[in-house]
Amino acid sequence: MPSLWIKRARIIDPATKRDGVGDLYVRDGRIVDSLPAAARKRAKVIDGEGLVACPGLVDVHVHFREPGQTHKETIGTGSRAAAAGGFTTVVCMPNTSPVADNAGTIQLIKDVVARDAVVRVLPTGCITVGMKGQALAPIGSLRRAGVVAITDDGDCVQSNDLMRRAVEYARMFDLPVMDHCQDHSMTQGAVMNEGVMSTRLGLRGWPNAAEDLIVARNVILSEYTGAHIHCQHISSKFSVDVIRRAKQRGARISAEATPHHIALTDESLATYDTNFKMNPPLRTEADRLALIEGLRDGTLDIIATDHAPHTDYEKDKEFDYAPNGILGLETALPVTLDVLVRRSRFKLPYVIDLMTRRPAQLIKLPGGTLADGADADICLFDPDETWRYDAKAGFSKSSNSPWSGQTLRGRVKTTIVGGRIVFDQGRIIER
Amino acid sequence: MPWTRRHLLTLEELSLEEIEQIHATAVAFKRTLSRSVRKVPALRGKTIVNLFLEPSTRTRMAFDMAAKRLSADVISLDGASSSTTKGETLRDTAENIEALQADMIVIRHAAAGSPLYLSRILGIPVINAGDGAHEHPTQGLLDTFTMREHLGSLRNRKVVILGDILFSRVARSNIHALTKMGAAVTLVGPSTLVPDWFTAMGVKVSHDLKSALADAEVVMLLRIQHERQAAGLFPSLGEYTSMFGLNKTRASWLNPKAIIMHPGPINRGVEIDSELADGDRSVILEQVTNGIAVRMAVLYLCAGGQPEAVTAQGDEGARSS
Repeated sequence: MPSLWIKRARIIDPATKRDGVGDLYVRDGRIVDSLPAAARKRAKVIDGEGLVACPGLVDVHVHFREPGQTHKETIGTGSRAAAAGGFTTVVCMPNTSPVADNAGTIQLIKDVVARDAVVRVLPTGCITVGMKGQALAPIGSLRRAGVVAITDDGDCVQSNDLMRRAVEYARMFDLPVMDHCQDHSMTQGAVMNEGVMSTRLGLRGWPNAAEDLIVARNVILSEYTGAHIHCQHISSKFSVDVIRRAKQRGARISAEATPHHIALTDESLATYDTNFKMNPPLRTEADRLALIEGLRDGTLDIIATDHAPHTDYEKDKEFDYAPNGILGLETALPVTLDVLVRRSRFKLPYVIDLMTRRPAQLIKLPGGTLADGADADICLFDPDETWRYDAKAGFSKSSNSPWSGQTLRGRVKTTIVGGRIVFDQGRIIER
Repeated sequence: MPWTRRHLLTLEELSLEEIEQIHATAVAFKRTLSRSVRKVPALRGKTIVNLFLEPSTRTRMAFDMAAKRLSADVISLDGASSSTTKGETLRDTAENIEALQADMIVIRHAAAGSPLYLSRILGIPVINAGDGAHEHPTQGLLDTFTMREHLGSLRNRKVVILGDILFSRVARSNIHALTKMGAAVTLVGPSTLVPDWFTAMGVKVSHDLKSALADAEVVMLLRIQHERQAAGLFPSLGEYTSMFGLNKTRASWLNPKAIIMHPGPINRGVEIDSELADGDRSVILEQVTNGIAVRMAVLYLCAGGQPEAVTAQGDEGARSS
């Protein structure tokens, strides 16, 4: 593996508070402060002029559908979409078929990752057996098998008592519990945010109160047990406020926002386009703005995509019958830059922090930095290049993106994982 | 203005002028219905497919009747006999219907937005005969047509829609048509079935029957479904009737010349007293008859016909003359 010499890039590393134009060196898979003269001569030079070099992006919420739903995505295709989006580490949800509720399935996933993935793909395990919310999964064995968190994904544990025991038990391993916050009793048949738009469109509403109740439940259980609970894809203004106050009291609660929830609202559903259907649903402008403020003041810790591939024929249905979820990995960076940096005046290093160091810390990974000696996971992007995103031409196996066909600003040029270039100038570099 | 629409998907997207053009055309077709030979050759040689994937009696028969009065050939398919029960997608079913060379498709579907979805797939006109809780545009057109026959212009007329508004496509289509026509619309019913979200559509929301009915010129009742009670939206049909059912006493609060409407099917003794449903203020069966003329107008226009001229006289009904 040749050494790398990235020249004259704007190097942004929130962990070391570095932000300036300079050179970056990689040797033997690690970031190094300098290269010896002989190594410099042989190094592969990457022209960083006009580009930002930052730690490889980290996404703690993706669905790679393997095993069992490989018609939608595989670990191979999903990891390529991640590389194309500048991500070097992603965390897979356990709602595969079968679900990842036992060490054997985790081992299978790890074997496929070792064989097929081009970025670091880490598994999560279920909280409960079969993701059914009835009995605890073997959380200790899952931990030993290598999961970085446990979650029942879209099947939010409804029993408060079982959730209490789950977080209490997981605390013993310091294992984060990730929760998709949804009170199912309030969302039967729901397909979009409940409000003026659902009333107009005649679609069954998913009230933000159903999220707020579970977020509040998680705050209460976290404070009661001392366990860390991570609230996934927060969508509601009220939930942001609940989390803000919990953090002021010192609760071990963390939360993520998705690019789509900070960029779009339920107004987008006017044409019943199923590429805007996801769970939790797009909400109102007031909610959207509250999420942005939550990211600004640290109430919401990180950006995560909830990359959720579905085939054309699954999405090409009556709105009520189409599955929830949209792609996220290949559009996350430009969409987030647009919403947070250009429209909301966030500083670029802060936004990069939301997508690198902070999510890495959340799952206790050493990465997310360009410090001397760190694994050389690097994303190089042009913050100003405009390009037309065509989901069909993308690297995911599916193409269910609300941004397909749109012109985006900010483009990933090169992705480096452990010192190896895995994506460069629009192409995956195969091993 | 010439008629340019090929589909009828919602009343929300129609202009006031388009609604009036449909009404003017329906007036002309209604005249033909009282002739000894009630058939006109307007759509001779055309085939219309009624794809009813949800149960319907009135709407389906009225579309069937309208198409036949226009001399079109009609094929009706319902959910139980179509391949959708074998797992065929709506897209595939519809593309097959088009491949069988149908000229127009009329669709009733439980999923909101499905007529719009079909209109983007198919090259033939799509007529919405009711999509979930979204819209039922021909019902809204025939209801407002019937109101105009009795009241003339609907500008500033006080119209009350009473019942399960939340799940009603009839209510939504009427709201869009009535607000465009200038009527003052109040929605009434239990707060669980008439959420305040509706005020964003330019109507009032009330849970007080007496003040809402006071001097109203139209009261439109909607069917109360037992399923809503099972879902916990209200305690019982009995309580509903005691609080919101239309009976003689409550009808006396209306304007003396008020009309009573209902899109059917009626639950006698639940949302309306049986006597009132059959009384002289009830126009429930007129609505059904007008449904033929209005649907003839819609089929004719969307098949490429041109509307009758809208005259000011259309706004002068029996009442004001």
